Amino acid sequence: MDVFSQLADGFAVALTFQNLALALVGCFLGTIIGALPGLGPSNGVAILIPVAFTLGLPATPALILLTSVYYGAMYGGRISSILLNIPGDEPALMTTLDGYPMAQKGQAGEALALSGIASFVGAFFATWGLVFLAPQLVKVALLFGPAEYFALFALAFATLGGVASQNQAKAVIAAMIGLAIAMVGVDHQTGVPRMTFGNIHLYEGIDFLVAIVGLFAISEVLLFLEHKTGAAPSVQTQKLARVTAPWSMLKSTSGAMGRSTIIGFLAGVLPGAGASLGSFVSYTVEKKISDKDGTFGKGDPRGVAAPEAGNNAAAGGALVPMLALGVPGSGTTAVLLAMLMALNITPGPLLFTQRPDVVWGLIAALFIGNIMLLCLNIPMVGLFVRVLRVPSKYLMPAVTMISFVGIYGISGSTFDLLMMIIFGVIGYILRKMNIPTVPIILGILLGNEMEKNLRRALEISNGDVNTLWGSPLTIAIWVLAIVGFIAPFVFGRFLRPKKDPTVAP
Amino acid sequence: MSDRALGVACLLLSAFYIFMATQIQTSFITDYLGPKFFPILIGVLLAISAIFPILKPDPEPDWPGAARMIEIVFAVAVMVAYTYALPVVGFVLSTAITSGLLSWRLGAKPLSAAMAGVSISVGIYVVFHLILQLSLARGPWGF
Repeated sequence: MDVFSQLADGFAVALTFQNLALALVGCFLGTIIGALPGLGPSNGVAILIPVAFTLGLPATPALILLTSVYYGAMYGGRISSILLNIPGDEPALMTTLDGYPMAQKGQAGEALALSGIASFVGAFFATWGLVFLAPQLVKVALLFGPAEYFALFALAFATLGGVASQNQAKAVIAAMIGLAIAMVGVDHQTGVPRMTFGNIHLYEGIDFLVAIVGLFAISEVLLFLEHKTGAAPSVQTQKLARVTAPWSMLKSTSGAMGRSTIIGFLAGVLPGAGASLGSFVSYTVEKKISDKDGTFGKGDPRGVAAPEAGNNAAAGGALVPMLALGVPGSGTTAVLLAMLMALNITPGPLLFTQRPDVVWGLIAALFIGNIMLLCLNIPMVGLFVRVLRVPSKYLMPAVTMISFVGIYGISGSTFDLLMMIIFGVIGYILRKMNIPTVPIILGILLGNEMEKNLRRALEISNGDVNTLWGSPLTIAIWVLAIVGFIAPFVFGRFLRPKKDPTVAP
Repeated sequence: MSDRALGVACLLLSAFYIFMATQIQTSFITDYLGPKFFPILIGVLLAISAIFPILKPDPEPDWPGAARMIEIVFAVAVMVAYTYALPVVGFVLSTAITSGLLSWRLGAKPLSAAMAGVSISVGIYVVFHLILQLSLARGPWGF
């Protein structure tokens, strides 16, 4: 089959010494980032993009490094969920429900091992899903014209605002702020400066990396300053003697893992959902199916396996629309899109036809990273637990300084650093007010493309607006967008975890 | 209250943005829509969505008290000072002081905060500059 030969080529790309080493470093760093409260997949990758970028790595190795960090963070988030009852990142929220009770019952080691295996199962099969589904989506996407792309971008904003946020109006505000920021700079089609106030620094537009690091990382530090906790949370480690799961436990949770992988993958592929929704829905469904004795929430192993398989499967699923269409569906994939754009790669159907080495090398790296993560996580969990003891009073300053180093490395300009601080303050205020920051990032990333497609569509049709909904494909996309935006009003309660906006994105 | 302020701020912002969009110079080469339309559309949608928080505000977020607010303002001031100090005194010194100050305000004792500052600064210098060859700000002493 065609897919397999391409995958084999991908492995040939990924299996060089340098790429394997980068994958290992990425998995290791990612697990630590995921484990640390205050650093999640989005802001962890966000801090590392400028660093990877300034290191001058070529596209494929940089991509392998950062996606390994992404997958690693998905694994790592569970560690503090189980041991501390604090989710290391947002998708790991549901793991606290049964993971922490298991740790209290003295089964911390079993819970860690089980969740590691569940993460592997979810991520491994989701990567297979990516292998088969993404090329199919590419075939459809190759038929897309400007009008379809415009509708598709609208769909991304509508569903991101609909499913993933608690207040639609605020999500729209955030998206519009992002789009407004994207307009700053010289207009690509006519060459006139827009919204630059005559400031020469703004002619090239506002660098999305500056905005991302500010909104995700600097705002996190300001949130930490609010509570003078400083000290590391105390970790109970006395019961970590064995980090293996008994065979019977794996057997009894295999059904939960299988179901959750499928649910998580589908949730990940849907635009606007991502890993948090994947873990939430798979936990809820598993509870409906299996919770006959009311053991869920009291340390049921299935309650650990389900959300972990779900969130890792969703992380893989979320890569499908991001790679095939160039439209990310979640916060972390938005950051990954930023990474691709920083490397001058435009994701979308053309990426599959023009740069198959990048796509398939990346997918092969995901498989390798997965196996590495499983091997790292089971024996080395003790080390990662020790990392949790780094107090935030030392960690957060280091994170801040690395953010500065990365942004300084891109341009060496004071202006960019000041912009980053401004974005940090804005991000802090917005997060306090429960305004999602992901649509802002998406707006900054997609704004110019969205406008370009709108203008091109109307140029082709000579100004006939009907072209925007003139083909069956556009109509289908608009209907999806409207449904995605309105659906949460009807049954949003069932789709949304109650989340604390201050948990690391 | 915060949400109402947000809504009003967004309304003002959208009005300003639409005004700025109308001021965009159009050149003689232009496409059908031109460079003004999309920014104006964004401004209009921002204004519409800003009405909702005014009409139906969410519960008030728990803003930190004055003391913690001052901490945050102080941290921001330290970071701003850092960006200006970087090209003047170089990476290692300015980073050591900045991260030390942040660490102190996050609850470390002065002595351990100072040590944290020096270790973070030297650590980043060694890893990112000496090992990974990233360019960092150079001061009068070359580091």
